[in-house]
Amino acid sequence: MYNFITGPLLWLSFIVFFVGLGVRTVLYIRGLDWRLDRVAYRAYPGLGIKGALSSIIHWLIPFGSHGWRAKPLYTIIFFVFHVGVVVTPLFLLGHAIIMEERWGINWPTIPMWVADVLTIGVLIATVLIAIRRFALPEVRILTTLYDYALLLLTVTPFVSGFLVVHQWGDNTFWLYTHILSGELLLIAIPFTKLFHVVGYFLSRAQIGMDFGIKRAVKAKGGFAW
Amino acid sequence: MPEGILCNRTPINTKEHLDAVLGDKGGKQYYQEMQELDVDVEKLQKSLQDTCKSRIRTWLEICAHCGLCADSCFFYLANRRDPTQVPSYKILTTLGEIVKKNGNVDNAHMRYCMDTAWGKCTCCNRCGSFCPYGIDMGVMFSYLRGLCFSQGFVPWEMKIGSGMHRVFRAQMDVTPEDWVETCEWMAEEQQDEWPGLEIPVDKEGADILYTVNAREPKHYPEDIAEAAILFHIAGENWTVPSTGWEQTSLTMFAGDWEGCKMQVQTVYDAIERLKPKRVMGTECGHAHRATIIEGPYWVGREDGRPPVPYLHYTEWLAEALRLGKIKIDPAKKIKVPVTLQDSCNYVRNYGLKDITREILSYIVEPGYLIEMKPNKEHNFCCGGGGGMNGIGLYRKQRNTGMKVKRDQILATGAKLVIAPCHNCWDAIRDLEEVYEIGIKWSFLKPLIIHMAIIPDHLKPQEEEEEE
Repeated sequence: MYNFITGPLLWLSFIVFFVGLGVRTVLYIRGLDWRLDRVAYRAYPGLGIKGALSSIIHWLIPFGSHGWRAKPLYTIIFFVFHVGVVVTPLFLLGHAIIMEERWGINWPTIPMWVADVLTIGVLIATVLIAIRRFALPEVRILTTLYDYALLLLTVTPFVSGFLVVHQWGDNTFWLYTHILSGELLLIAIPFTKLFHVVGYFLSRAQIGMDFGIKRAVKAKGGFAW
Repeated sequence: MPEGILCNRTPINTKEHLDAVLGDKGGKQYYQEMQELDVDVEKLQKSLQDTCKSRIRTWLEICAHCGLCADSCFFYLANRRDPTQVPSYKILTTLGEIVKKNGNVDNAHMRYCMDTAWGKCTCCNRCGSFCPYGIDMGVMFSYLRGLCFSQGFVPWEMKIGSGMHRVFRAQMDVTPEDWVETCEWMAEEQQDEWPGLEIPVDKEGADILYTVNAREPKHYPEDIAEAAILFHIAGENWTVPSTGWEQTSLTMFAGDWEGCKMQVQTVYDAIERLKPKRVMGTECGHAHRATIIEGPYWVGREDGRPPVPYLHYTEWLAEALRLGKIKIDPAKKIKVPVTLQDSCNYVRNYGLKDITREILSYIVEPGYLIEMKPNKEHNFCCGGGGGMNGIGLYRKQRNTGMKVKRDQILATGAKLVIAPCHNCWDAIRDLEEVYEIGIKWSFLKPLIIHMAIIPDHLKPQEEEEEE
């Protein structure tokens, strides 16, 4: 069982993840239409790239945009969640050891205590995000079961992983839960809203090009995101 | 009933059709017929297939339902934070449903779409700048308006507006003859005070070709006279076209994309015909949006720009003041608390935030300009944009929405609001009428004329002889 889920199934998950994201990215870009979108994408590559980068970067930095500054508390929760979700699995010592043992790749790692702090951050942020979804009328009206399901799907590998590392409860059960939920998450990303792992960059680049090429042409320094 | 006599999927292309719809005062019969209007599902599906591509589909799909767009919307704020006014909710329950159901929607849904697209959104695009993904719900509502228009679910005044453009190539029934006569009349009227003032029509190769809003010849001809006076003072070599003079586009507000193209093409044809060095428009926001920002795409210009540089009025005015073509009498500078209304269409959506402020730096005594908060590209819509000012059906919604602008103005303590945009000007006038907050409002032209130093050679002859 262990060999299967860390072998073929893991490979399958990665293939679905990467190929899925790749295909969607290509389809997205091919679906952009200068006439329908009313953005002369090709006519001004320089303005386009500048606009895209500005649009991505301002929103990638905590408090980097007017939008983030307008909602400081949410911004903190948001970044704690996302930094933890991205950094922890990528640079966890346990994952790096597997990389080394399987393929001899020397992968950079973060100290275990940092991983713990990030994971706890993710868990707390998840609870707060769920409460926010329920508590604020303007968020509640938008929220569907699907949103809670994706939140649960995203956080399960972190809860189970944390329990495995700290050897709490039935270790085999939590290890299997961790691996399977992680794989499910990878497979789900290209087919759900979680596509935003790439979609964020595509969508922000598009609107950045729109403003860079067309809607903020007369604004010195581009649009003030 | 598949289609009504007045309310149907056919755009207005003839004077007879236009008169018939106009004759139905307030659209009483029109809206009654709309209750029964069938949805042409096949046509809707075809439209979606042809025009709803990855940008909009991705926007609808990846919306994180985070609600960060809520506070960006003045309708949400003005309606006491009613969750059904959250931009994301508004678009997901309208266009989102149409896309999800691949066009299989009924009459009730299309009427809900119309009420939302025109009665709860002015396409100010403010939400787009507050979404972490950059999802621009204003763009999507504009797209939804197009779908609604093609199915006949469009407010009565917008149907008429689109028809006006299709029949008259102007948003009002002003013929080229009416227009040229108005110009001649205005030039003549000014002769006592401004001897030699001209409004040259169809002059080829002029430095400036000037285009206007049909409201000016129809209702405010003095605006044309004011423009002429300022060109006269500045010594510009300018002209107006006999056709292609109308810069606005109610077709854009109506979602009539075919009509948009027709209208803009008329203006571009005038440019090709008269070969001016530059073109400029009047103090209007949506006219600029239609003819300079979106227009090139409607007619299929791959460079996304008009055929020659096309300025907003404020760009020319700032230049004229900067270069000293128009000089301001320091004694006449504005010395009352004044604030500036940033137009969504040429500030958020074109970037002209500094140019208006440069103008104010020449005409307002330091310390008297109090900025609204927020302002520039993050300013709130006046409340009357996107056609809202002109739609009787949503008058109540508009008046509620204007509360945000009212409170913004009140917070500045200003007594004068400078609004270099026809829609903003109207909305602020109506805002004063509804809420009586004791403000005055103005375009730039009359203020500048009052403050400008008149060169001696332009003064009436008798005066010169007396000196």
